[in-house]
Order: sequence, then structure tokens, then C-alpha cells
Amino acid sequence: MTRVIVIGAGPAGLSAAIKMAENGVNVLVLDEYMTAGGRLLGQLYEEPSGGWWNGIKESQSLRDQAVKLGVEIKLQTSVNNIEKIDGLWNVYTETTTYSTSHLLIATGAAESPVPIPGWTLPGVMSVGAAQILTNVHRVKPGERGVIVGVNVLSSAIAMELNLAGIDVATIALPKMNQVTKDTGNPKTVLDSLLHVSHMAPSAFVKFGSKLMKNEFMKKLGVTFFPKQGVKMWGIPIQLRKAVIEIYGETCVEGVTIATITTSGEVVKGSEEKISADFVCIAGGLYPLAELAAVAGCPFYLIEELGGYVPLHNEHMETTLDGMYVAGNITGIEGAKVAISQGVTAGLSIVHNLGISDQALHIKNALKNTQKTRDDAFIQFHPNVKEGKVKLQRHWEDHQQSINNKVTV
Amino acid sequence: MSRRIINHPVLEKIDESLLVNFTFNNKTYQGFEHESVAAALIANGIRTLRLHEESATPRGIYCNIGHCFECRVTVNGKQGIRACLTPVAEGLDVKSGEKLLTDVKDWRHEND
Repeated sequence: MTRVIVIGAGPAGLSAAIKMAENGVNVLVLDEYMTAGGRLLGQLYEEPSGGWWNGIKESQSLRDQAVKLGVEIKLQTSVNNIEKIDGLWNVYTETTTYSTSHLLIATGAAESPVPIPGWTLPGVMSVGAAQILTNVHRVKPGERGVIVGVNVLSSAIAMELNLAGIDVATIALPKMNQVTKDTGNPKTVLDSLLHVSHMAPSAFVKFGSKLMKNEFMKKLGVTFFPKQGVKMWGIPIQLRKAVIEIYGETCVEGVTIATITTSGEVVKGSEEKISADFVCIAGGLYPLAELAAVAGCPFYLIEELGGYVPLHNEHMETTLDGMYVAGNITGIEGAKVAISQGVTAGLSIVHNLGISDQALHIKNALKNTQKTRDDAFIQFHPNVKEGKVKLQRHWEDHQQSINNKVTV
Repeated sequence: MSRRIINHPVLEKIDESLLVNFTFNNKTYQGFEHESVAAALIANGIRTLRLHEESATPRGIYCNIGHCFECRVTVNGKQGIRACLTPVAEGLDVKSGEKLLTDVKDWRHEND
């Protein structure tokens, strides 16, 4: 009997495995972490309905459903390479090579690093690292932190740190340089923040977002953005201050922060020191897609989806026979969208294995993904729908080029 | 272990029953069976996991989920193991990386 392999035990991989197992498919899920759940594990936020979205509980529930249906989940197993040999996908891990006709890559997302002088000091970590430490391991990353990078993820995690009793001194921008570019530009950052303003209990941000729909108002918004920042959950968010250096002898002792102009240039002489024992770098998420790349998937850079994404269609099929993708590898979105995409991928595989006709179920699953996307409380990239349309166009062009080749 | 968040306003109280002893650079520490070596060491106030192979500057965790390899340590004699992906276990022997004895040679002709 065919055994389908899923790489990644996050929300997308697990929901796909559940869907396949429900339809009688034998599924093996591989993941390099110690616990199933992926990035979902660290998530914790209050939903508009008033209840808490608890990533640990959601992960456990997905894992339990999968295991109950007979899905095998192998943790602490890193996949080093995949390649197609004699029509089968070979999946290489340190100890075993697995092979399968149908492979789902659901590797999720990674955090973009933002190089800042002093960033190799112990105590400097990605904001996601601090989230896992705090919510999953329940160990404080430090007593007082500074978050560098203002975005959806860093604002949400600042709140989570606060909830666990950890002091966040400030959230500021990184100093603008060749690498940080947009993340260091107050105007660009404000633009992206407007889309999460509903999360902010600050009247300034909430009210401001309605006014700042056009470029002129945005510039005005940054100009009048209070120099001391606005407070969100008691944490000052500074769009006019940038962290220019992290200092410390053998570990983090603090950061040097400076006032910046509306276009991100440092105002000389405005430098001041803020003491802290940890620093979180928040460069945002990008699709983690190396395995699809080594397999030979064509890629497209789609900013609205957070980076380079492997070419795939709505049914989560890539251009390579028997290879599927789901979750954040297809674009940065919330866990609920990932779960929904996993369902679609699972159904597509069941359909393509010839087990049963899933056309109607797939259609409904696609509708559900649309709805989940529309209702999403946290939207990482505001124009994700446009990004999906762009990708679909690339898919059609690709199909067209194949057809042309055949007729020639 | 004062760095632990035992009680949390939303999340469940953590299970403190599964204590294990492990060593880091030959000194014994305690951790919980369900956590990573990196988390257990941070809970014990240890952030420097290794010294850089060439500059000998201290390094700790960065991404905490296996992507960046900044937390590589030697576990039970095996080099290059990611502390953030390795669960602590009774008797686990963890050692930090040190500066290499000889400089890393730059093999490019122009830098001879």
C-alpha cells in the first residue's frame, strides 16, 4: 500500500495527514523538532470573540487526531535532501531513506535575520526564539528586553512576553542599511502597521489608520508620530527611533538607540543607551522552501506572499509529478489558513492516488480557505490575495508553455 | 531556577515532576525531560553555548528552532548538534565548542 510522506508536523502537514488518514491513506509525517505543531506551538493571542487561541492546545489536538487515525509522526528527524529516482521521491534523513510516490512539503516559514552590530552576543535572538522560550519552554529569555523590528509578529510577541511577566523596554526599528532596507524605513513600516491597527488598544494607531490611506497622509503620520512612540500594552512602539548597536562584554547589556528622520536617516548626536539583558530581532517571516528548491521546483518572488514561493496551483500541486506544498511555504499567513490548505493538499493527494473522487470536497476546501483568509484576525501581508492571483497567472503561463512544447 | 515561568495567566501550570540531571562542560545541571538543552541551560542562567571557532567570541541561541545552527554543541561526543532541537535526558553530556587550535586558512589566492 502506498505510504504518503509529509515533511513538517505543523498545522498544514498535520491537517493534510488527518485528511488523508480519514480516507484510508497510510501517512508518515517527518519533523525535526521535539514536539509536533511547528510555529503554531508558540502562538497565543486573544481572539475577537474573547477566547484565547492557544497554540499548544491546538497543536496537541491536531497531533492527537492524526495519531488516532494511525498517522505515524517521526519527530527529531531532519530531512537533508529529496530527489526523484525511478519515478519515486527519495527522502533522505540521517538514518533512513524513505521513498514515496506522493510527497507533501509543509516546511512552514523561517525568520529573516536582521544584522545589527553586536547581534552575535548571547542574549540576542530572533523574536520567534523568545516566543518559543516563553510560551513553550516557559523559560524567560531575560528580565528586560528590546525588540528590534516593528511588524505584526513582533507586536504580537511583545504582548505575549508582557503576559508572562517579562518587561519589554521598547520596540524600535533597526538602523536602515542595505540589508534592513524597508524594515528600517518608518514610512514603509507604518504602512504595514495600518493593517494590524485593529489589534492595537491605542486610539492613536486605531484612529490614525483610517486617516492614513493615502501617501501624503502617511508621510504626515510618520512626521507627527510622537517621538516617544505610542504605547501598545504599555510598551512604547518607536517608529522614529532605531537601534544602531547592541552592546555588552560577553552577553547583552543594552542597546544604543537614536532618533531617525521620516525616511530612516539617523539624526547625529541623538544617540542614547537603553539597558536590557536580551534583544529580539524581528525581521519578519519568509517561506522555508529549500527542499522544494533542491527537488527542482520553479520559484517566483512574490512580495505579497513574503518571498520566493514554489510554483503551485490551487490544488496545492507543484509542477513536479507527485510533489505537493501547503502552509507557509506557499506564502506567509496564519495557522488557520495553513490548516485549511493542508486539508486541500490532503484531498488532492487522495484524489490523485485514485482512492476516491474528491473534486467536490476540494472545491469546498478551497472556499473554506478563502473564507478563513477573509476572516483572518492577523494578516501578515495585507495584499496576500493579489499575491495568490499573481502566482496563479504564473501557473497558467507555465501550463501554456508545456502545451506549446508538446505541439512543436 | 528563577528564570522559569511556572505560573502563567493563560497557559497551564508547567509540569515540574520530570527532573533530569545532565552535564554542561562537566558541571551538573537540572532540566525538565520535555525541554531542549538550550532552554534548560538558559533556565540555569547559561547563555553562552560555545565560542566561535576562529574569533572565540561567545555565541548563544539565535532562532531556537533549528534553522541557524548558532547553538551547535557536542552531545555525548557528537559534534555539531543543535542544542535547541535536543531534549535533555538523564546523564546527557553536553560540551561547548571552543576556538580552534589553528587559524582557519583562507584558501583564496588573492588573500595569500
